[in-house]
Amino acid sequence: MTKDADAPTDSSPDAGLPSDEWTSPPPAPETLPPRSLRLPMRTDSSATMARMLEEAGKQASPEIRESERPPAVSERVTSIPPPISSRGGVHPDIPSYTLFLWRIAKTAFESTWRYYLWMTMLTILALIGVNAWAGQTGGGMIHTNMTDHVSWGLYIANFTFGVGLAAGAVMMVIPAYVYDDHDMHDVVIFGELLAIAAIVISLLFVIVDMGRPDRLWHLLPGIGRFNWPRSMLTWDVIVLNGYLLLNLHIAGYLLYMRFLGRRPARRWYVPFVFISIGWAISVHAVTAFLYAGLGGRPFWNTALLAPRFIVTAFVSGPAFVIVLLQVVRMFSAYQIGDGPIHTLRQILRVTIPANLFMFGSEVFTAFYSGGAHAASMRYLLMGLHGKTTLVPWMWGALALNFASLLIVYLPVSRKNLRLLTAGCSMAFGGIWVEKGMGLIVPGFVPSTLHEVIEYQPSLTEWKVSIGIWAAGLLVLTVAVKVALRVLTGRVTIDTYAHSLPPRALPGGTGL
Amino acid sequence: MTPTKRRTLKVLGATLGASAFAYAVEPLRAFTQNITLDQFLQGHFKELTPEQLEVTLARLEQETKDRHGRDVTIRADPAIEGVEFGYGLNLSICVGCRKCAEACHVENNHDRASNNSYIRVLEMTQGSFNLEHGNASYDHAVPAPDKYYLPVQCQQCDNPPCTKVCPVEATWKEPDGIVVVDYDWCIGCRYCEAACPYHARRFNWTTPEIAPEEINPDQGYLSNRIRPQGVMEKCTFCLHRTRRGELPACLEACPTGARVFGNLLDPESEIRWVLANKRVFVLKEELGTRPRFFYFFDK
Repeated sequence: MTKDADAPTDSSPDAGLPSDEWTSPPPAPETLPPRSLRLPMRTDSSATMARMLEEAGKQASPEIRESERPPAVSERVTSIPPPISSRGGVHPDIPSYTLFLWRIAKTAFESTWRYYLWMTMLTILALIGVNAWAGQTGGGMIHTNMTDHVSWGLYIANFTFGVGLAAGAVMMVIPAYVYDDHDMHDVVIFGELLAIAAIVISLLFVIVDMGRPDRLWHLLPGIGRFNWPRSMLTWDVIVLNGYLLLNLHIAGYLLYMRFLGRRPARRWYVPFVFISIGWAISVHAVTAFLYAGLGGRPFWNTALLAPRFIVTAFVSGPAFVIVLLQVVRMFSAYQIGDGPIHTLRQILRVTIPANLFMFGSEVFTAFYSGGAHAASMRYLLMGLHGKTTLVPWMWGALALNFASLLIVYLPVSRKNLRLLTAGCSMAFGGIWVEKGMGLIVPGFVPSTLHEVIEYQPSLTEWKVSIGIWAAGLLVLTVAVKVALRVLTGRVTIDTYAHSLPPRALPGGTGL
Repeated sequence: MTPTKRRTLKVLGATLGASAFAYAVEPLRAFTQNITLDQFLQGHFKELTPEQLEVTLARLEQETKDRHGRDVTIRADPAIEGVEFGYGLNLSICVGCRKCAEACHVENNHDRASNNSYIRVLEMTQGSFNLEHGNASYDHAVPAPDKYYLPVQCQQCDNPPCTKVCPVEATWKEPDGIVVVDYDWCIGCRYCEAACPYHARRFNWTTPEIAPEEINPDQGYLSNRIRPQGVMEKCTFCLHRTRRGELPACLEACPTGARVFGNLLDPESEIRWVLANKRVFVLKEELGTRPRFFYFFDK
């Protein structure tokens, strides 16, 4: 998948040149006058590339000579790219895309002490997780509290929740692109970045759950033996990685165009956006089918599981984004109105009660018909044979869900964002328990031979899980930070200087 | 802050981060040192050529000697044509002594500390067939009054839910109906363990530890060789024995003669006689797994 807006056979030395230069044939690169902040585009040696990047780094100093200052973004976005047919040779976007990656990578390491503190804290937590995982992989899964009875635990619970968070981010894409909500359009990229971070979290949780991570290559189609289409897990591998690539492409392309100061070409992202909407639903449906397809586990073996997964995803995703948008507003000059937050609150007003309704349906079906099929539900809500480990978790989750329901329905939560944030945190926590431990563990309790063996995560499992969430937040922080730098015009192909005032953004954000 | 100071701080931070990372992954070293390149690159069992298989078996024997201190023979007997194994168990005479579970523990080189076995015996109350009322952890003289006993092991389903879900085809049904695991291909995701309705699968939460003199040296690649850490394992009806015409260890250990084993395709076999003449049932028939393990009552 290419990230370039135009034809891949462009020979013009600089796709970012102002419009007057498009019309005349571009001079050979050797004859180009040395220009600051403009890179020679036709290059095929890595040494040249390295020199180029170095130069670009030098030019990053704030004292940019006014005479050499490239035209403002507003002029540049109106430039018309040359016809595809007139071009050939190495695509100019390739070096400039490398430059884009290089500059945003640099940006990720430059900020205030608060940012360093936050990132250091996350890094420490992630490293504690890495250490615990290394111990678990070296010494065996005996370091976890999972057993042959409860053979999946905190990891798979978090995996399930993480996939939901990723799929839930699409709840910003749908209003923005399907219903043409302009306010949402300005912030939809944060949903896409959240999806990327959440997929990274989910994939890491699958990997730490494996007894033999060294054999991960057995999963690679072609080299290993990929049991597709029979195993739902292989479907999950496909949809998760596909969703990751889709979101990387959409977010990456839009930011790259902003970096170049060009208007994004619709054909390079709109189709992918619509694919990603369907894909988000399929990502979470497949994850639900992973469990629902197991006939030997009556607690999971219900057709309502996939709809419930989708609905809970649309609780956790918007709840997280409401908080995220406020954080962005707090730390950045990027303008975010209350519009998107109100829309997301409206979505929560549908999805929180829908989820509670579905859970209620499950409870009714289990208890009214009774018998063995109700055993897991009874264990979850009341305990079984005196074993009640999960009961406080589940009632806590229900309390959080009902409290969040109340808050999003209180008219005051529209204006009082602090209250709304509290409600979102409750919804997030409630779903995390309900769809995590509250879904995975009762699938195994009672076991298939109806033995009631309980499970509580071990310290190793907590460390690894917290480490993965910290790693996910690292990814999200970096992604949001560099996106903001690009969106506010502080990192472009022409400039790389924090001291420059943010440019006036032409015609909305173009996102 | 001057640029020099800033850079110094960054270099310092990067160094600190790198060493912290190196320290964090240190526990992995023992694990990676134990994996040789041959092990890492070993292909799927079904893809090994006869020569590769020979080399692999010799290497595995050597590894067992190095790691567990015992000379063993590891064979890979193929399924016999015209044979499909079936197992019968007479619930009227089973007394719940768990000799079968113990024999399995010894025969299949299970980890000693966890007292693992592929067989779990449920103590059931007369008049109920509800597994919910069964008890697998009874600890008293058997047979207890008003109780009957239900040993459960792998049912070797004809339509196994476990093989379907495996993402890497590390578990499959052999031509003689036995569901096996390639311990050197399994990635340890435990999806099969979640899929099995009979609690027949076990995971190696740690490397099995057995005293060298207790190791059963007669081993099979797909059955009782000592498993690596982090992979699934299961009952194979002792295929290293049964494919050579011997009986499963659990059957030989049974003091009451409750167990019947044989070739389902042979009309003269004892198991066929049981199927024809006894009131036979299978566990959880409603799931459509079509077990090859049949329970029956005398009267």
